[in-house]
Amino acid sequence: MGKLKLECHEANHICDKNQYKEASFWEKVRLNIHLIYCRACRQYTARNNKLTKAYKDPRVNTVSSDEKAELQELLNKQLAEK
Amino acid sequence: MAENQIDATQWVAKYSDYLFNYTIARVNDRDLAKDLISETFLAGLKSMANFKGDSTERTWLVSILKRKIIDHYRKINSNKGKAEVRINYDDAETEGDWLEERVADKFDRTAEDQMENEELGTAIYDCLDGLNEKQATIFRMKTMENYDTESICNIFDITPSNLWVIIHRARKAMADCLENNWF
Repeated sequence: MGKLKLECHEANHICDKNQYKEASFWEKVRLNIHLIYCRACRQYTARNNKLTKAYKDPRVNTVSSDEKAELQELLNKQLAEK
Repeated sequence: MAENQIDATQWVAKYSDYLFNYTIARVNDRDLAKDLISETFLAGLKSMANFKGDSTERTWLVSILKRKIIDHYRKINSNKGKAEVRINYDDAETEGDWLEERVADKFDRTAEDQMENEELGTAIYDCLDGLNEKQATIFRMKTMENYDTESICNIFDITPSNLWVIIHRARKAMADCLENNWF
């Protein structure tokens, strides 16, 4: 917990974690402090957030693994009949 | 000669998300989209022999899917009453075109931004295809299926820091790709 300043690769790592809500409070504080003076990381963070937003978009649809299993089963049945 | 081989057992894992997004942008109904995709896969199986290998598997499946979507609209349109639909097409020349013309894209969806947004799903899965296999699977599990870090590490037998490196690279590649094709 000692140091306040981060190196860029650490900052990026925290930023990645933060996209999944896995960064701790203290990490977020340090990330934000880093972002104040580091332009490259600001840019990285902005892009990263944009990506997160993009796939969280309700218009992006994912087939759940259950549905996939169903489809696969159907396909397997047909394959077996061949 | 055939550069592209068909491997039907991989269809669901590889293409279902892409096809699903493609379909849902066009029919706007989850269940219906699922049905159409399973029909597409079955039709694909039946006509596997006709696949020449000129295109990729996915392109080929999409072309089948397109027909299925058109068929679907054809069906619901014929339920509504044919006279009504055909009303503007009474000369011999245009007869027969009405269906494709009306169904290809909905008019109320041509507002540009909305169109783009509806294609977002396909764009994302397109980019995901561009990543290498391991990155793509792990990125998928982490971001789309919301597995937690620990269970992914167990499945792939890697350490958390390995995982974060993979995620970092995947995110970077995804952002680059989307930037080129999307943002």
